[in-house]
Amino acid sequence: MEFTNQAGIAVVTAMIEAVCSNRDYLSRIDALVGDGDHGINMSKGFSMAGEELGKLDADMSEGLLTLSKVLVSKIGGSMGPLYGSFFRGMATASKDEPVINTTVMLNMLQKAYGRIAMLTNAQVGDKTLIDVLNPAVKAYEEAAAEGGNMEVCLSHMLDAAKRGLESTKEMAAKVGRGSRLGERAIGHQDAGATSCYIILEALAEASLRLVKAD
Amino acid sequence: MQRFVNNPDFIVDDMLKGYVKAHGDTIQLSERNDRVVKTIQAPIEGKVGIVTGGGSGHEPAFLGYVGEGLVDAAAIGEVFASPPAQSFLDAIVEADSGQGVACLFGNYAGDNMNVKMAVQLAEDEGIPVKYVTATDDIASSPPETREKRHGIAGGLFMWKAGGARAAMGGSLDEVIAAAQKAVDHTRSICVGLSSCTIPAAGSPNFTIEEGMMEFGIGHHGEPGIRVEPLKTADEIAAEMTGAILQDFGFSKSEELAVMLSGLGATPLMELYVVYDKVAEILTGQGHRIDRTLIGNFVTSLDMNGLSLTIVRLDEELKELLDYPGQCPAFK
Repeated sequence: MEFTNQAGIAVVTAMIEAVCSNRDYLSRIDALVGDGDHGINMSKGFSMAGEELGKLDADMSEGLLTLSKVLVSKIGGSMGPLYGSFFRGMATASKDEPVINTTVMLNMLQKAYGRIAMLTNAQVGDKTLIDVLNPAVKAYEEAAAEGGNMEVCLSHMLDAAKRGLESTKEMAAKVGRGSRLGERAIGHQDAGATSCYIILEALAEASLRLVKAD
Repeated sequence: MQRFVNNPDFIVDDMLKGYVKAHGDTIQLSERNDRVVKTIQAPIEGKVGIVTGGGSGHEPAFLGYVGEGLVDAAAIGEVFASPPAQSFLDAIVEADSGQGVACLFGNYAGDNMNVKMAVQLAEDEGIPVKYVTATDDIASSPPETREKRHGIAGGLFMWKAGGARAAMGGSLDEVIAAAQKAVDHTRSICVGLSSCTIPAAGSPNFTIEEGMMEFGIGHHGEPGIRVEPLKTADEIAAEMTGAILQDFGFSKSEELAVMLSGLGATPLMELYVVYDKVAEILTGQGHRIDRTLIGNFVTSLDMNGLSLTIVRLDEELKELLDYPGQCPAFK
């Protein structure tokens, strides 16, 4: 189960489309705990990256790097540096790989997670995107270690990501703007965790489409 | 939403175009980055550069404090969102004359991440950068975790003190020390009576019911300490002043600076009504109000609300506040 890095640009496009089409949903969730601009800023950055990519004949790794550069240089907020590091990690782990297989995807996820972890002290339980990303990457790792193919690994990843997302509803925020709410943040799903889930879902679905079309 | 707006997604760009036309005699956009506002003179030979930055929607902050004797360059973010690392870096480069740069900002999660990335990038370019974060909002974290508190209107005193020390020829370490002293001596708290609306979102971020008020609300509408029935101006003034005095825990009478800043939709008339009681309480407890600032200094779009800031002065801070400074938002 694999796809070429060249064809993988479709994965980048899918992540961009997923974020842009969830613009209002993400802002609505953010408004409950934060300030309601999460969807606006994310979709602005991702759509700018989409425009950049329209001008290039990029493969997946170049596409990921473009996305990273736009987020770091144009978006700001917390999400610019966090997702900028995330996509740069993915780009770095795949740039010398003409074929994206189960192992390369594992390296991409691990590198992406490692880069984010360097930037934030947030831990699982703090009500951030780490609550989705950490269990998702772990689940992929475990499924891969047991010899699962890409479809199995990605599906385990998404299940864990979904559970992580759900778990943020019951948490009080410990970092970022929502931390000020204390107990009152309980009951609301975290916006950053939601965008992280949307991105992972698009990544998994687009990757599987490529694998199956192969 | 009734607004003077073109495309709400580009409201920051449109604002900046107007801003540089209005104040083009003293400030300009950076040629490196159209989200960086700088003084025409920057970088000033031999002087430590002063940089700030933050989300838009707090006008006149942050761009309004770019001026002589204050901030040399400011990075301008989207509405309520930190500027990206690249913008902070470009502001740092614009402000640097070889003496190093002090980055003085508001301690929000996004600002911290982007400034830290920018500091690393600046070091790669050989520019020494140190930073101070304003932590004046006493409602944003308890005293035990003061370092987590957010910077709100009290950041003005950090820019003024750091900017003055730099203009006097202070070294980077001296500028940082002056800015940090201002931060350590400054406390603020906000009360909100209604929500603000981010133009691109188009609907209010949150609601405060009619007849209610939110004590300790944040500068982006972050929930405060408590929501309670709306009180009289005198009662609100007494609670705000009391909260700050309790946080300071003064043991003797002090010389103070007092600032009341509207959050965007509160008439000056009401700020003066509140100030009357604040001043009565402070002087009644034996403190002397050395200077007073009333106006819109750091706002929250169209939020109806105000922030009270109190600064405990000493000879050094008074000298720094007295030092000439000139910018569109403040003299």
